[in-house]
Amino acid sequence: MAKYLVLLYEDEAGYANATPELRQEVLEAHGRFQQQAGAAILGGAALEPVSTATSIRGDVLTDGPFVETKENIGGYYLIEAEDLDQAIKIAGMVPARFGGVEVRPVWNM
Amino acid sequence: MTGFDPREAAAGAVDAAHRREWAFVLAATARVAGDLDLAEECVQEAYLAALDIWTRQGVPRNPAAWLTTTARRRAVDAHRRAGVLRAKLPLLVEPDAGEPVEPDAIPDDRLRLVFTCCHPALALDAQVALTLRLVCGLTTPEIAGAFLVSESTMAARVTRAKKKIAAARIPYRVPAGADLADRLHAVLVVVHLVFTTGHTAPVGDELVRADLVERAIRLARMLLALMPDEPEVRGLLALLLLTDARRDTWTDNVGRVVLLADQDRRRWDRAAIDEGVTLVLAAMRHRPGRFTLQAAIAALHAEAPSYAETDWPQVLRLYDLLAVAWPSAVVELNRAVALAMVAGPDTALARVDELVAQGRLAGYRYLPATRADLLRRLGRHAEAATEYRAAITLCANEAEREFLTARLAELDVAR
Repeated sequence: MAKYLVLLYEDEAGYANATPELRQEVLEAHGRFQQQAGAAILGGAALEPVSTATSIRGDVLTDGPFVETKENIGGYYLIEAEDLDQAIKIAGMVPARFGGVEVRPVWNM
Repeated sequence: MTGFDPREAAAGAVDAAHRREWAFVLAATARVAGDLDLAEECVQEAYLAALDIWTRQGVPRNPAAWLTTTARRRAVDAHRRAGVLRAKLPLLVEPDAGEPVEPDAIPDDRLRLVFTCCHPALALDAQVALTLRLVCGLTTPEIAGAFLVSESTMAARVTRAKKKIAAARIPYRVPAGADLADRLHAVLVVVHLVFTTGHTAPVGDELVRADLVERAIRLARMLLALMPDEPEVRGLLALLLLTDARRDTWTDNVGRVVLLADQDRRRWDRAAIDEGVTLVLAAMRHRPGRFTLQAAIAALHAEAPSYAETDWPQVLRLYDLLAVAWPSAVVELNRAVALAMVAGPDTALARVDELVAQGRLAGYRYLPATRADLLRRLGRHAEAATEYRAAITLCANEAEREFLTARLAELDVAR
């Protein structure tokens, strides 16, 4: 088995402008995904907005994300899969209505 | 020279085995090596050893089995030396990987190799490069020459793709069930791209490109032999044969483009056409996909005694089906050409302009040339001239440019 990090890249404005009903819907969608994927999920979290990010390069602190983009990492899941095909199947079920996800294999030492 | 030269015989056999058996040997070795890089290295070494040993001991009865056994043994040795019988890519390795193999029991893993090289998680240009390198056994400089990129660029492309296969664990497996159709289509797209690169690359080494055409046809034949129940594989092979059958008549003796209407049909390769037509008839019995429909259209052209006597209503019906199977600007424009033959250039022009208004042909470089031709046939020469000039600025190679310039000069336009 191998581990993959599924990064959720989404446009935060989508959530900032969302109605309470929409937020609830997204939460429920994640709940359904977590049930479906079950034991394949090793961990995961939703992150505070990118406006709360602090970047550090050397000894210089910057208020904001490391790279400015329209879609930012808003959360992640750490999953376990047999191979990339299975990882893609699981990651493809992750709700990300204001963007998409990136699948990165975790380095296997 | 007289008599039998064992070294020459061995060299000939190695050469033939390289052309015919490379994919088989590499595919069977990859499973043991657990890593495509190591597999490639071991297979190259096996071919080198073959030249030497076959010269001294004679060519074995089954060269592919000899090469595979030799390469697999080297892979196992390499793992023992490194002290890691657990391979870098455990997925690739079968439980019995270390066992010696009976020549007749070597599994045919060529499909696994093909599906790994054409995995959709790899960029299309990487899929093509890997297929040519690992399935066809081309060298990196050969592939670079065919695609007009530097050797270092091509080497980096291949290395990156192989690294991704290993690190992201792209499986060495033939997809099953519902995934197969999509994944098979991706494989066929790669083979088709190899073929069209061989035919239409604007510049580059002529010989290398002719070789690409041969390689693509051989790949399609191999896929059909391995997957005889897949109609689209049959359709693709038919398309390649029917297209290639007309290769000699596409340009005249000074390299100018000759349109289908003006090609010398007596010089088309009848044997290739007959084979292609037989294949396409079999493929059309099932719900035809993109390549089968393209092949069916090519078959109608190939069998028509002349451009005017082509079964244009049937061509148009096939384009209708193709537009559903493969919605694209190129299909719409070609359909318009058939429509012009069935319903007249005014109807076809109206259809093209409707597509333009819908934004469905945006940026397609053959659009002005198609409009120019329809306008010319309607006698609207001034408008046609404007379109020809637009087409000339967009065209990609000298042969096309000359053709368009000649057409422009023929127009009766006051300057």
